[in-house]
Amino acid sequence: MIALIAARELRSLLSMPSTWWVLAGLQFMLAWIFLTRLDAFLEIQPQLAQIANAPGVTASIARDVCNVAALLLMMLTPLFTMRVIAEERRNQTLTLLLSSPVSSAQIVLGKFVGLMGFLLLLMSTTPLMLLSLQIGTTLDFGLLCSNIFGLILLASCYAAVGLYVSSLTAQPIIAAITTLGVLLGSWLADMSSSALDSPWHQVSPLYHFQNFSNGLLDTGDASFFVLVSGVCLLLAMQRLNAHRLQK
Amino acid sequence: MPNLTPALTLEASQLTRRFGKQVVIHNVSLQLKRGEVLGLLGHNGAGKSTTMQILTGCLAPDSGTIKICGFDLQRQPTEAKAHIGYLPETPPLYKEFSVKNYLIFAAKLRGIKSNEVNAALDLALQRCGLTDKRNVLIGTLSKGYQQRVGIAQAIIHQPAVIILDEPTVGLDPAQIRDIRTLIRELGNAHSVILSTHLLTEVESLCDRVEILQRGTLVYSGSTAELDKLNGVAGQLEENFIRLTEVKI
Repeated sequence: MIALIAARELRSLLSMPSTWWVLAGLQFMLAWIFLTRLDAFLEIQPQLAQIANAPGVTASIARDVCNVAALLLMMLTPLFTMRVIAEERRNQTLTLLLSSPVSSAQIVLGKFVGLMGFLLLLMSTTPLMLLSLQIGTTLDFGLLCSNIFGLILLASCYAAVGLYVSSLTAQPIIAAITTLGVLLGSWLADMSSSALDSPWHQVSPLYHFQNFSNGLLDTGDASFFVLVSGVCLLLAMQRLNAHRLQK
Repeated sequence: MPNLTPALTLEASQLTRRFGKQVVIHNVSLQLKRGEVLGLLGHNGAGKSTTMQILTGCLAPDSGTIKICGFDLQRQPTEAKAHIGYLPETPPLYKEFSVKNYLIFAAKLRGIKSNEVNAALDLALQRCGLTDKRNVLIGTLSKGYQQRVGIAQAIIHQPAVIILDEPTVGLDPAQIRDIRTLIRELGNAHSVILSTHLLTEVESLCDRVEILQRGTLVYSGSTAELDKLNGVAGQLEENFIRLTEVKI
């Protein structure tokens, strides 16, 4: 059932022209960043060669590309999560799911899996682009993998937040703006607090992504993502149950 | 498959539902046997749609129990819901899907096995007169055809209980006739509850009538009984109006 709902979600997303525009735009931007970083790297390569322990090609290019991808993901995820529940509620298609033999948990998980499938598709060209460097040089696969792993966790965290917000309203646009507000707000809280040990850093998914970006697999950061995703999904299930009890 | 279901397919007792302070449904009890078509009548806002939402598990009642084919809707929702087909007031259609893909999704969602989906799809398409529209996007269909797709998704899994909220709204006379024939046909093997404003529909379709007035059942009996409530036959409309206006 989860797979069925996920497949429907994915099909609906891919049937919208705007999805393809965003996909194309994102690929263009990521490719642009990738090429400019590559260009910059090639320019300073002779100087880097003289330094002992200089940052390699993976650290100079892959990390930056993944950081930009993480930032773009924050801006774009709300566009895709806004519809998942809000629009079903507005078009009253939610009754089909509610009157079918599926639980709220299956509905929410199905939608989450569908969203993740889409976000992974969205992100899939990033590692491919970086892997193309392998033709001319050797890559630091450890660093690359930790970046990709971090991106996946980040995407699941964003998707879960968006899904929960979408379950709160019947207006997709409001869901999108609210999700963006939450994600952007947590990032700004992180950016604007200058003290290194400020608790505001902890609320930002992008802050927790930094360790992954530097090639450090920290269980603390990983559990942050898993916790946020889990809590948001549980809250969304709760919201669907509350839909039946509405006053 | 429908023959294995117990004779009493739906049993709702003493349902009560409030929205805020307003009591929308008060102490409503319903029983439905296999092979029976029940008409749910009432003015606008009498609580027909709310009752149907409660019977299908889309709304939880404040009190009361519902059993569908022996399964308690609150305690065993998955088992109970597998026996329900529901067409809400607004058909729950994904406009970006083709009729075929939408119905396949609906069938699988109701637990039909993949190898039986195609047979179920063909039967539902044929019954609702949609065979030549199978590859059309739902969003481009006319209101009448969308309504038919709505009915098709409610019957595709051959549920024991079919709940239709104003099934003939927005259809042209020929389509209304087709749909009525279909409901009659469904009523032979399944149980059907339908809500409607049209008394002619009740007359031609329903075995039994329940009339709701401000959330309470004010009449329950066979259509023939309602027809000659004062001893004179052919007074369905007068009797309905009398019953629903008495308590205002």
